[in-house]
Amino acid sequence: MVGKPGHDKLNVQDLIEQSKNKGAKKFIEKLMPKLLFITALVSVLATVGIVFTLIFETVEFFRRVPFIDYIFGTEWMPFSGTNPTYGILPLIVGTLKVTAIAMAVAVPLGLAAAIYLSEYASESVRKVIKPILEVLAGVPTIVYGFFALTFVTPLLQEIIPGLKIFNALSPGIVVGIMILPTIASLSEDAMSSVPKSMREGALALGSTKLEVALKIVVPAALSGILASAVLGISRAIGETMIVSLAGGATPKFDGQVTDSIQTMTAYIVQVSTGDAGYGTTIYYSIYAVGFTLFIFTLLMNLIAGFISKRFREEY
Amino acid sequence: MMVNNPINNKFSQEDEQPNLKIVSNEAKKTVYQTQNLDLWYGDTHALKGIQLDINENEVTAIIGPSGCGKSTYLKTLNRMVELVPSVRTTGEILYRERNILDKEYAVEELRTKVGMVFQKPNPFPKSIYDNIAYGPRIHGIKNRRILDEIVEKSLRGAAIWDEVKDRLHENAYGLSGGQQQRICIARCLAIEPDVILMDEPTSALDPISTLKVEELVQELKKNYSIIIVTHNMQQAARISDKTAFFLNGEVIEYAATDKIFSNPSDKRTEDYVSGRFG
Amino acid sequence: MNYLHEDRVKKRMASRLIKNKLLKSFFLGATLLSLVVLAILMYRMISQGHAYLNWDFLTNFSSRFPQNAGIKAALIGSLWLLAVVAPVSLLFGVGAAVYLEEYAKKSKLTTFIQMNISNLAGVPSIVFGLLGLTIFVRMLSLGKSVLAAGFTMSLLILPVIIVASQEAIRAVPKDLREASYGMGATKWQTIVKIVLPSAIPGILTGGILALSRAIGETAPLVVLGIPVIIHFLPEGLLSEFTALPMQIFDWAKRPQEEFQYVAAAGILVLMIVLVIMNSVAIIIRNKFSKRY
Repeated sequence: MVGKPGHDKLNVQDLIEQSKNKGAKKFIEKLMPKLLFITALVSVLATVGIVFTLIFETVEFFRRVPFIDYIFGTEWMPFSGTNPTYGILPLIVGTLKVTAIAMAVAVPLGLAAAIYLSEYASESVRKVIKPILEVLAGVPTIVYGFFALTFVTPLLQEIIPGLKIFNALSPGIVVGIMILPTIASLSEDAMSSVPKSMREGALALGSTKLEVALKIVVPAALSGILASAVLGISRAIGETMIVSLAGGATPKFDGQVTDSIQTMTAYIVQVSTGDAGYGTTIYYSIYAVGFTLFIFTLLMNLIAGFISKRFREEY
Repeated sequence: MMVNNPINNKFSQEDEQPNLKIVSNEAKKTVYQTQNLDLWYGDTHALKGIQLDINENEVTAIIGPSGCGKSTYLKTLNRMVELVPSVRTTGEILYRERNILDKEYAVEELRTKVGMVFQKPNPFPKSIYDNIAYGPRIHGIKNRRILDEIVEKSLRGAAIWDEVKDRLHENAYGLSGGQQQRICIARCLAIEPDVILMDEPTSALDPISTLKVEELVQELKKNYSIIIVTHNMQQAARISDKTAFFLNGEVIEYAATDKIFSNPSDKRTEDYVSGRFG
Repeated sequence: MNYLHEDRVKKRMASRLIKNKLLKSFFLGATLLSLVVLAILMYRMISQGHAYLNWDFLTNFSSRFPQNAGIKAALIGSLWLLAVVAPVSLLFGVGAAVYLEEYAKKSKLTTFIQMNISNLAGVPSIVFGLLGLTIFVRMLSLGKSVLAAGFTMSLLILPVIIVASQEAIRAVPKDLREASYGMGATKWQTIVKIVLPSAIPGILTGGILALSRAIGETAPLVVLGIPVIIHFLPEGLLSEFTALPMQIFDWAKRPQEEFQYVAAAGILVLMIVLVIMNSVAIIIRNKFSKRY
């Protein structure tokens, strides 16, 4: 049977020898890794570009506005014709208000959803819910912003009579809803990777599912849960469209949540949609604010990375 | 045609050169000569001073307990072992008189001459036809007629043509494990290698498929030199001409299969083949 | 000695079981909340927007008068944007993923690149806008063009595409690569003929999800200064243009109540585009889903 001897005279190794194009092959083998390396460098270049851009323009900003006034200033009034002030604290406070409200919504609900999905839900329920969470995570923020402005704010005004049309509460809640899927699905991943044997051990001692979830699974998956929360904070800080549409444009250095505020991101949007000319102090100020924002989120991302690396559970 | 090149004329030798390879029993040519081969994975000394000559048109079995280095040795013969980072070798392996451990020797060239069949059937997620045509194609054969011919011949060679000839364009994953393994053998035959390395080719197969592959190996040996690693001693006894027994990275004994299994010279070989350990 | 008193255990048992039940409902409620929110959101957009969503809306340019406002420029502009972002981000994203998975040796540089990618993924989108404004709009003088916005968006989704492609490439079993090398194939041949074809469904699924993010992003476009009142279609990559989310943002900000309905109609168009893209991703995932 082998090769049907005597049937024909095809010789593959000869054909291979004939059709060899060694030079071209070798050239491609040498060239491709280099080309691909360049594509991999693009992401590094993007980071370098971001840092370079921010530093460069921010330095120009600090030529005009003293660093100390910026960092410790409690008044942000760049559009004041006579005496513009650039104290970042009101913008930071506005950002932190929204972030805090968002986390107050997203962490308990996200964690609860993660516990349900990983500990209680059947495989078929999980198969329905997880794609819905994915869809929710994929809704553009402009849509959430519109939703906050036209639905959540009026709804909250029914409950809280003094609530202004622009406030911190409504965008905070909606940002929370926006990051809920992220926290839920990352926490669920962390919980699902807790080995079954740990659960079985506790169940065999007569624990209820709740006790297993709260006393065994959550502590075991804590690093993943914390990391997901920190990533959530980072996303809330950087969120732009929701706070621009529903938060307002009044930077305030106070603790209320029912009145108009302004976040760092919303300020950048305000300037970008206005007509501040190139080269004005206001123009440079968006880079200073952007840099501040960048440092905040970078810090959060590094913390999240540190938590999940440092406290990675070994099962 | 280059008549005196033993690599050529796999399929045509019997009408043109009817007596070149099959006859002379006493003086078979060697395909591989291994001299003082040492191999390290990082700090682990996996192969120690291997000396082994392998003849052409024979089935050479390599047996030994797990971790004895038999698979490592096999993978050194086509330098697949280099896929593991931090591998280091000293010594020589001469394949047809050329040292393959020489960095100048292109691995692609070596592997074109030395085919390999793996432990687990690993067809590509492509049609049966494309699986078989893969080798010829990457080596620049594009003519559809020639490819058709190669595919049929290789599938016949692997004794699976009749089972798949009506479904050549279906995905190879639709086949059973045993059929998949014979597809992998056919894929290997498609470039008409000189040597076929088989790394426990039946360990993932059921007994009936195993038998088919064993019969196939017997058949292939007429035209190919085959080196087979197996953990199954009966299999080695059934199909091989020579057997090498590996233990802890060393060749303990290398002799005709009959001798290894009936009258081994070394106590350790005897213990192993009689099932006292491993 | 008996530490466990049976009656005490029994007494506590009831409350433990009730707690379990109660919290289970809370957990379920939290899970269903996302479903409810999604339903309300969709209902609101449809009930507000459907009246304006008609053929004229799709074929008109924007207008000061809500009843005349249309989304043509934005819809076509978004497609132009997609035409730039898709090839650029896939080329560089998949290229980087192939390099990192197939070629890169374990070195400090590789670790650095990998770390850099995950940090880049966490940079807020608005900061990418600042990058684009300085580098593409001003330094390279591309203006507020399709190309400037396309490059900016490509960088924004690059980390997502790299990570998704890396996962898809990593999922290709090692024995397929070995089989290919065993036939004498070179590394590049193995990548092109075995690894990428097997990884393509995963790459495309992740890629399309990333692209739909680029289509829905607003903040970078705002910072680039992409205009909203545009009464022409882009003629080339260097033309000014507008995009769906920009147009929606503009309408949503307007004080007249009618414009809210126009914005809702615009959101419906955007959501339909996204649903189409996601369906394509799902079809690809199902069609090519392979068993190894």
